[in-house]
Amino acid sequence: MITRMVEVRAKVLKQNDLLARTLRERFRQEGTCVVGLVSSPGSGKTAFLEKVLAGLARDSRVAALVGDLATENDAERLRRATPNVKQITTGTVCHLDAQMVEKSLESWRLDRIDFLFIENVGNLVCPSSYDLGEELRFVLLSATEGEDKPLKYPTIFNTSDVAIITKMDLADAAEFDVQAARRNIESVRPGMQIFEVSAKTGNGMQAVFDLLHAQLASARRVAVTR
Amino acid sequence: MHELSIAISMIDQITEESANRGGLDVEAVHLRLGVFSGVDKDALLFSWELACEGSCLEGTRLVIETIPLVIYCAACQKDRVPPSVYQLSCPECGTPGQKIITGREIEVASLEVVA
Repeated sequence: MITRMVEVRAKVLKQNDLLARTLRERFRQEGTCVVGLVSSPGSGKTAFLEKVLAGLARDSRVAALVGDLATENDAERLRRATPNVKQITTGTVCHLDAQMVEKSLESWRLDRIDFLFIENVGNLVCPSSYDLGEELRFVLLSATEGEDKPLKYPTIFNTSDVAIITKMDLADAAEFDVQAARRNIESVRPGMQIFEVSAKTGNGMQAVFDLLHAQLASARRVAVTR
Repeated sequence: MHELSIAISMIDQITEESANRGGLDVEAVHLRLGVFSGVDKDALLFSWELACEGSCLEGTRLVIETIPLVIYCAACQKDRVPPSVYQLSCPECGTPGQKIITGREIEVASLEVVA
């Protein structure tokens, strides 16, 4: 059989990347600060987000999309802080993609939302391949998971912008070596900003709020100058 | 495991590509896959066969070229291969590398078609 080569040179996730880019442009135009959250299951994404939403809701308009394979449990928890919460149930799919995000936004007016959080399915592998159009991606690592998670899952840490070490109130009990964790994060994502928090006690949360407010201010400046 | 989703995206893309070129009899698909793409080569090969079943690409071979992780070292001003995927620093001078040059690719490079 005689064959010939046809050059294609096309990114497999081109459709997702293009849609994510369109979403990002839309978020910027509306002046909405959009933050994605990724982590392994059980690292405290929802508890962290509950505190973030409650804290920001005092003076900002907040909303959240939350991805899980099944149940509305997380959305119900987050609705204590704001009614603007939608659950995305993915069925068997282990990650969110840009299309799911776009579809979930259909009935929302973005110009009335200051902060939108997108909590991904708990998974440290698959979400790394899919851009959701967020401005910042937080990767969460809990003190009870061990210091070497970043080394085991380098791609997700490298594709994120900010690392949040959660459950710091349990660090001593778990004999968690926070300096080793910081070194490991630095090793897979040099220069990454790192925050240590406890959603339970509230320790360290103020620094996260400061970062988010600064991010919103810069999103607004960009929106105004357009 | 999202390799099945990746395989399905590939099939959609190749089907479209083939239609745009007036219908191709695809014998093999050549994919460039970065070691830092988050996609596992073996899982993708397995998913590929499964995803192709019953589609117009059934029986098509998937040939994967692995693309190494290369970072830019600002101190040496050179592209470097770091010691490992979990240590993104220059192997010569140890400077952390913030810029990734290659290693993230998930890209259909070419199609081998029956002439």
